[in-house]
Amino acid sequence: MNFEAQDLLIFERSRSGREGFRIPAPDIPLKSAEEMVGPGFLRADEPALPEVSEVDVVRHYTGLSRKNYCVDTGFYPLGSCTMKYNPKINEAAASLEGFARLHPLQPQHTAQGILQLMYELTEMLCAVTGMDWGTLQPFAGAHGEFTGMKFFRAYFDKRGEKQRTKVLVPDSAHGTNPASAHIAGFEVVELPSDQDGLVSIEELKKHLDEKLAGIMLTNPNTLGLFEKEIAHVAELVHEAGGLLYYDGANLNAIMGKCRPGDMGFDVVHLNLHKTFSTPHGGGGPGSGAVMVNSTLEPFLPAPVLRKKDGTYILDNEIPDSMGRISGFYGNIAVLVRAYTYILTMGSDGLKRASELAVLNANYVKERLKKRYHLPYDQVCKHEFVFSADELKEKYDVSATDVAKGLLEFGLHAPTIYFPLIVHEALMIEPTETESKESLDRFITVMEKIADLAEKEPERLHGYPLSTPVRRVDQVTAAKQPVLRWRPE
Amino acid sequence: MFAYLPHTESEIREMLSGIGAASIDDLFADIPEDIRFKDRLGFEAGASELEVCRRLHSLSKANTEAVSFLGAGTYDHVIPAVVPAITGRTEFYTSYTPYQPEISQGVLQAIFEFQTMMCELTSLDVSNASLYDGHTAASEACALAINSTRKRDTILYSATIHPYTKQVMATYFSDLPVKLVEVPEKGGIVDLEAVKELLDDQVAALLVQTPNFYGFLEDYAGIADILHENKSLFIVSSNPLSLGVLKSQGEWGADIAIGDTQPFGLSMYFGGPSVGYIAAAEKLMRKMPGRIVGQTLDEDGKRAFVLTLQAREQHIKRERATSNICSNQALAALATTVYLSTLGKEGLKEIALLNMQKAHYLSERLLSELPVQLYAGQSFFNEFTIELPKPARQICERMEKDGFFGGVPLHTLHPQYSERLLMIAVTEKRSRDELDRYVECMKGALK
Amino acid sequence: MSTPEELKFQKSHEWVRVEGTTAYIGISDHAQEELGDIVFVELPELEDEFEAGEEVTNIESVKAASPIYAPVSGTVSKVNDDLEDKPELINQNAYETFIYALEMSDSSELDNLLSYEEYQKFLEEEAE
Repeated sequence: MNFEAQDLLIFERSRSGREGFRIPAPDIPLKSAEEMVGPGFLRADEPALPEVSEVDVVRHYTGLSRKNYCVDTGFYPLGSCTMKYNPKINEAAASLEGFARLHPLQPQHTAQGILQLMYELTEMLCAVTGMDWGTLQPFAGAHGEFTGMKFFRAYFDKRGEKQRTKVLVPDSAHGTNPASAHIAGFEVVELPSDQDGLVSIEELKKHLDEKLAGIMLTNPNTLGLFEKEIAHVAELVHEAGGLLYYDGANLNAIMGKCRPGDMGFDVVHLNLHKTFSTPHGGGGPGSGAVMVNSTLEPFLPAPVLRKKDGTYILDNEIPDSMGRISGFYGNIAVLVRAYTYILTMGSDGLKRASELAVLNANYVKERLKKRYHLPYDQVCKHEFVFSADELKEKYDVSATDVAKGLLEFGLHAPTIYFPLIVHEALMIEPTETESKESLDRFITVMEKIADLAEKEPERLHGYPLSTPVRRVDQVTAAKQPVLRWRPE
Repeated sequence: MFAYLPHTESEIREMLSGIGAASIDDLFADIPEDIRFKDRLGFEAGASELEVCRRLHSLSKANTEAVSFLGAGTYDHVIPAVVPAITGRTEFYTSYTPYQPEISQGVLQAIFEFQTMMCELTSLDVSNASLYDGHTAASEACALAINSTRKRDTILYSATIHPYTKQVMATYFSDLPVKLVEVPEKGGIVDLEAVKELLDDQVAALLVQTPNFYGFLEDYAGIADILHENKSLFIVSSNPLSLGVLKSQGEWGADIAIGDTQPFGLSMYFGGPSVGYIAAAEKLMRKMPGRIVGQTLDEDGKRAFVLTLQAREQHIKRERATSNICSNQALAALATTVYLSTLGKEGLKEIALLNMQKAHYLSERLLSELPVQLYAGQSFFNEFTIELPKPARQICERMEKDGFFGGVPLHTLHPQYSERLLMIAVTEKRSRDELDRYVECMKGALK
Repeated sequence: MSTPEELKFQKSHEWVRVEGTTAYIGISDHAQEELGDIVFVELPELEDEFEAGEEVTNIESVKAASPIYAPVSGTVSKVNDDLEDKPELINQNAYETFIYALEMSDSSELDNLLSYEEYQKFLEEEAE
């Protein structure tokens, strides 16, 4: 396959005078811009946008797409990302014009269909999490985490407990947890995990004072291990006057088996683009819906979805609301997909999905643990973490080298170097939509890479060879950043 | 049966024996008995595609359409067929964040092109890979200003920015040591004299918007110099479509440019997803929030693209991060990139101009034939605010019966605005026939 | 130039070389190794004042970002401009590459710092 023609930037394909779109002919009297607004408001320089035909646009972006790996072409064993299959019916539902053409400010009685969908989706998400109500507004997981932290703040401010400034976060947590707590004005205290990789009750007890706002946890944790002591943790934190926040990134492990509300969490964020099958889109848009119990319900961001006398409304009369966290009501097109997925799977399907996600993870773990160091050797949930530390020590093969080896053999790499508490971490989450033969192929390739590590590590250092580009120079990219194309 | 769960019973048995477990329940045995969920989740069992489609169709039909003159941040623009054709490509929409650049050059290069286009439109040096929307972009821009100036804690913002932007910023900064101070409006635009009075050595930046919330254009001549002399930054928010014809933020001397690219290839979709953009002067590059794609070389010396400057981001800085943003609106930003490629240099100018012409045609007819006036005697792009003799909401209800969403009654967005103010957006999609009928319809409604 | 044994240290891995009333500050060899290839060093402004313990600047590598804290209080009197184009100088010789210098306001604060032996011991304890 010849990639060269497709290596151009769209600007490099420009030809002066070429046009790509026919604009509707004006049917009104024409005036110049100067006549309409005066000369002082007109731009002097012309933006150097491309001048290409529609054919150029299609060839260019189609060509780019073919250099891109995706779920529809292959397996992504990315821990913490839940790269499950993106059902096509979701796309069909999301493309319905009756949704796409809605303006967020059109009178609410003319948008009852979408409001009903959003209301029912909120109910479904409450059912899965064991919570009482929520908001679909947050645009992404991190945005949901920030919203969750704002719930903490609003609750304690209302109670006059402004001295509660401390939020506990395990050292295995995702970076967005401490970052979100920090920008919500909290002081973040890192809790070292115990030797089993779980929350240490001993460490927790050091912080159960009047400065405690609460704790941010995910369960199962980022090692894929279920926090068995969670009810005890919840009791201790609540007794000390704090709240519990659940990072829903790992919800795919426990749908229908266990609910964050029952574990004692007060606020939960969900990643609809992980657990609920909406596509990742190359990095977004996703949705970070946040569900709360009745204690925190009064603080929901305005507007709140409600049903009054059979009519769905967006209610702005929320006296204790934390305020607005986004312009309108969330990434609606993503919500339509999640709703469609939940309808398709139903209560039994979601439970089955979690069961098979956990089966798949344990299967891969058991088959590969003879070849890769498994620091926490026990039953996992939907994901587990290997360490390439022994490979690094013996053969100078790092987690990065293992990852690049997978790329060479046509698979995506797992998550690497996270969680931080495992050196040379390789975090693997197969998800339930991978068949046994897909897992067996992954296992075979990982075994081959382990063989290469022992016998020909230099080959791994040189991989990948057959991808559209080889390993890139990240140092120069960060030292002398070139972040845009410039016309000559 | 579930179409996305491939396992057969015999495969499950095989896998369980490989693990050494008797049943799947064994794998959940570590969940304590008293927190196990034993009921069924409280909604229906799964359904076939046929049933699901029926349900979704019925919900989509339970919404009403009308000829739309609604704006306030989201607009009814033409979407070239090429845009969904590209964003519907599975290699784009089912792909993950491009952390492995070797197999993600498609997504990475598209982002690099987006960044370049935003720099060109705003006349600034560096752009990121997009933020969630225009309102959250404003919060990020103010945070960037605070973090780039030493020992300053105040943001001045114009009364004429979008009320939702003000609210989102208020929530974002409510627990941080940042002061938000509103600069009053005068004659429908920001009062620049008041800016001069409010400027002190605590001000990190001034945030303004043009076209402003009412749709009016604001003249910032001289302001950038005054701010820079005070060592404050200048942040300007603009509807990017207006930048096809009107002065860019960079040309006004802004240090940071923000806004929302929904007008470029995205459906209104009840408000989301849209795409926030942020572009800035070079000196602010290393503190920019969000993802950024850079150009580099691979081991064979081939041009390649990669996520760079990651030291800024949450996964490295953790609790010292100045923003928690982890993602971008990738696929929606791709729609914008394809739109801008398709419209191109001349096309964008043309379509921006057409928007202006249609809006001015309508406003002239309304102002000359009806008992209404512009809220203020200012210029505008494709959106304007008029004062009606009766409450705007009433007029809109009458016009709805004739198939029009006549505009946004400002009082419904925030009680501070008079009930008689109506904001009307006109895009290239509104035909002359629709515009003429609008005038007749409003005449009838005002009787 | 001094050998590391002549320098004073902080637990946050900065070293201090004193010349009269000026404190030259850099980062230890351990720190540069942890960071990996340094791609950017943010330099403070001349005349800026800092208290001991305040964050003065920031060093970035591809995979990490490290704040640099003032070991003593003072006013910035010098910055190492070479680091603008060649941040890798720190990787090449951490102890000979200063980042900035402070005109000290209270030289007794130097007593709060660690000696080279004490810093080495601290590193060993951390490694366990």
